Amino acid sequence: MERRIALIDYGLGNIRSVSKALEKAGAYVKVTADSKEIVKAEGVVLPGVGAFERGARNLLTLSLTSLLPRLIREGKAFLGICLGLQLLFERSEESREWKGLGVLKGEVRRFEPCEGLKVPHMGWNKIKVKKRKEKGMFTGVLEEEAYFYFVHSYYVIPQEEDIVLATADYGKEFVCAVAKGRLWGVQFHPEKSGKVGLEVLKNFLSLC
Amino acid sequence: MLTKRIIPCLDVKDGRVVKGINFLRLKDAGDPIECAYLYAQEGADEIVYLDITASIEKRGVMLEVVRRTAENVFIPLTVGGGIRGLKDIEDLLRYGADKVSINTAGVQNPSLVEEGVKEFGSQCIVIAIDARRTGAAERAQWEVVIYGGRKPTGLDVLEWAKQVEDLGAGEILLTSMDRDGTEQGYDLELTREVSERVSIPIIASGGAGTLEHLYQALTQGKADAVLAASIFHYGKFSIYEAKEYLKAKGIAVRE
Repeated sequence: MERRIALIDYGLGNIRSVSKALEKAGAYVKVTADSKEIVKAEGVVLPGVGAFERGARNLLTLSLTSLLPRLIREGKAFLGICLGLQLLFERSEESREWKGLGVLKGEVRRFEPCEGLKVPHMGWNKIKVKKRKEKGMFTGVLEEEAYFYFVHSYYVIPQEEDIVLATADYGKEFVCAVAKGRLWGVQFHPEKSGKVGLEVLKNFLSLC
Repeated sequence: MLTKRIIPCLDVKDGRVVKGINFLRLKDAGDPIECAYLYAQEGADEIVYLDITASIEKRGVMLEVVRRTAENVFIPLTVGGGIRGLKDIEDLLRYGADKVSINTAGVQNPSLVEEGVKEFGSQCIVIAIDARRTGAAERAQWEVVIYGGRKPTGLDVLEWAKQVEDLGAGEILLTSMDRDGTEQGYDLELTREVSERVSIPIIASGGAGTLEHLYQALTQGKADAVLAASIFHYGKFSIYEAKEYLKAKGIAVRE
């Protein structure tokens, strides 16, 4: 069945790519920042590439800073992608002044460049799923080796270990997917990860 | 572990692929969307469009190509060529490009790089550097050239690479003008020097003629990705074959 998805347009990044990928995965997509549209949708996607501060500021300007946490608490299916994942946390090393939505406990830190480790972490990396029992979004895609496309300089450090759904390795193991109730977040870009990326989006839609 | 990327590049003029791709499987070898789609199916890690449309009036044609590509191809798309200001960057990103590659305008106006980064994020600002050897063979130096290799700038490539990193660029697309089109292999020394100088990813470009060349750029050249055009376009090798070759030689690639 076609899911009605509110894709939040807060002026950051590749909204069109995300929109087209969600449509390809079978969603009816409304690109919007309107609270009524967001409330009405069966699932909400917070995309975003770019700076944490700008993201946090734009969400505030659009009066979404309290709406989104409320919807998540009420159990609305929600997916944060890249910066959209990072903004779910309390704070980021990237900005002292601006706080995140604080829906998830923990912080966001920068990769330290060192010999052989370029920052941003850009390209296709293999992920490792933690929760074997409830794969949720990763159903079906991890029977084979799954690579996803990443592009980021910061990564999340959740305080609650049980929300970690998948990790990837870049100099060290870092968290690249989280799940808590009906809230999901991924550091990679499913909209740019070819076939497996579309599978993940399809799975998200089926959970909406 | 992060894999090395294989990136085919398509030259697009007035909305059509120049030096059309020589594949039997294509209905219309001049259609960039069809080419990009095929490459994505074959396992390309990203696609680069280089817009070589000369007239400004026809720039809208490229946006249309980008729009249609974003509807059909779900891997990262970089678009370069003719980017003069923030508006050009914004348009391309809005139409569905994931990154833009800036060359001449960045040299002439470095603040464009900084503003682009601030406005749209490091991840989408690629700096294309066209490099030409100037130093003696035993003490190599490279100069930045702009306007598609027509105008020398006196700028040292290593210095410029460091500068664009400081300005916040997300990666560097490094083309050797000496090797471009020769199929003699990448300028490995250039690639390695730049890669060691900066901590952002480097895409090696210019000179690929064999699969061994790709391997060399990723090992001796220390590149994070390799860009190639003709070896893929004319069906000499498929992306799949390139990956199989690299994998057999111990390079981590996405399968």
